[in-house]
Amino acid sequence: MFWNEKIETIDRADLNKLQLEKLKKALEAAASTPFYKKLFNDNGVDVSKVTTLEHLKDLPFTTKHDLRLSYPDGMVAVPRTDIVRLHASSGTTGKSTVIFYTWKDLSDWADLIARSMMATGTTKDDVFQNMMGYGLFTGGLGLHYGAERLGCLVIPSSTGNSLKQMELMKDFSTTVIHITPSYAMHLVEVIKENGVNPHDLSVKKAYLGAEPYSEGVKKKIEEQWGLEAYNSYGLSEMNGPGVAFECVHKNGMHLWEDFYIMEIINPETGENLPDGEEGELVLTHINRAAMPIIRYRTRDLTRIMPEKCACGRTHRRIERIKGRTDDMLIVGGVNVFPSQIETVLMNVPEVGNNYQIVLDRHNNLDRIHVRVELYSKMFEGDIKALDALKKKIVERLKALITVNPKIEFLEPGSLPPSTGKAVRVIDKREI
Amino acid sequence: MPQQVSVFAENRPGKIDRLTAVLEKNNINIRAITISDSGDYGIIKLLLDKPVEGCNALKEEGIAATLKSIVAVKVSDRPGGLHKASSVLARNDINVEDAYGFTIRESDLAVFVFQVKDAQKTEKILREEGFTVLNDNELYYL
Repeated sequence: MFWNEKIETIDRADLNKLQLEKLKKALEAAASTPFYKKLFNDNGVDVSKVTTLEHLKDLPFTTKHDLRLSYPDGMVAVPRTDIVRLHASSGTTGKSTVIFYTWKDLSDWADLIARSMMATGTTKDDVFQNMMGYGLFTGGLGLHYGAERLGCLVIPSSTGNSLKQMELMKDFSTTVIHITPSYAMHLVEVIKENGVNPHDLSVKKAYLGAEPYSEGVKKKIEEQWGLEAYNSYGLSEMNGPGVAFECVHKNGMHLWEDFYIMEIINPETGENLPDGEEGELVLTHINRAAMPIIRYRTRDLTRIMPEKCACGRTHRRIERIKGRTDDMLIVGGVNVFPSQIETVLMNVPEVGNNYQIVLDRHNNLDRIHVRVELYSKMFEGDIKALDALKKKIVERLKALITVNPKIEFLEPGSLPPSTGKAVRVIDKREI
Repeated sequence: MPQQVSVFAENRPGKIDRLTAVLEKNNINIRAITISDSGDYGIIKLLLDKPVEGCNALKEEGIAATLKSIVAVKVSDRPGGLHKASSVLARNDINVEDAYGFTIRESDLAVFVFQVKDAQKTEKILREEGFTVLNDNELYYL
């Protein structure tokens, strides 16, 4: 089943031609933005000289740091009046990474999602319950509009409130869910506790995303729910979800090459690697007018699977994401950098410079513990003052990283000394 | 004005042992001890014969400790004894934040020790009402 058979099964030669045309346009648009104008100038890049796809690898990379530097709109290539939406993810130093979209960008994105969903066999007859966060995060709204484009009945139930989720599933015969793997594991337990056999529900498919998980967890979710789970890949810099999606054969994710040019590089040297070799995924967005991004370093490790897929789609697949080349943590679907937590702690005068971040899972939900040593200078002698300090730290962290950490005070000297490469993050979660 | 030492301690075995070892080594006597628990951690409050030395000794060992002013009032060791003092506090709208009491050997007196926002004002009110408020040395060497 195809949403757009012509483009999904396009001949490779024609696809390359299309990519080159779109790349030229994207480069021209990028060169008009303050950020890329300077980047191209500094690196002696003349975009009019890019005449083959091969030339792309001579262009400089774009990083998350660049996106922060160009905050709020240094990479915008269209007049402000043409922009109809923005999405944002939290940034390492307090500034967010913001992505802008024109009406057509959003419409094209919805199309891409509809294409992805249909590749898994979902049609307009399906009832789609979207249990991802709505808001600045791209996961909720991204799939929402794509499912509407496809013609599904969309239930925008967002995150949390498990009993309500269950009720909606039962009352409206939900057939497809979009959910983080950790919440899927949690929700299925709630359903069982309420005397419902998950296999009796009409849910047949789950789109898992927003956080890393193993094939083992995926299998477990499939068994416990009695459904087929599909891996999806996306990042807000490249729109959000729908960059790559598994088809019904569930063997790697088709990366939609009419929207994105993918490269795999050696993360240390920046050199391009041949298809099939594992490295860092680099993406160029060639289908977004408001904000073209050239050679974006995703920090995600994967490899390209160049073999033909039995589904007939010619867009190459990438393997499930193996890990990251930076220290980014994903907690309950939210991206968190340890440096963000450190910035907050260092700005609370009572707190020493020794801290530790511990991640674990309770009832299948991610928890983040921030362990801080308590010194005499910050100790006022009673529980009330400690509770107030705790609250202050939690509120500041919540404001910056939107997750709710548990603060633990420790006696001085409990943590390894902060010199050198102290292990600041302990991840006890089983992936 | 008397003071007691507040100590931060994780809620784990061996935490009191660590404190008492430091105090013993420094020849400091404990007159009273209370522990309040807040789940993961607790606050140990110590009434010491030498609170300043005791607090410094604990800090030198890397323990989070601080001095807090307290009010110590004598009450009679019979039914209604504490009630007389607490009535005065209530009438004067003084909130007791943290307290304990003990009796004195071979006498009919008891001591009520507590923390309040304004210790000086509280002492003055109690004195005006005819109570005996203990000063540091009176309390430490009862």
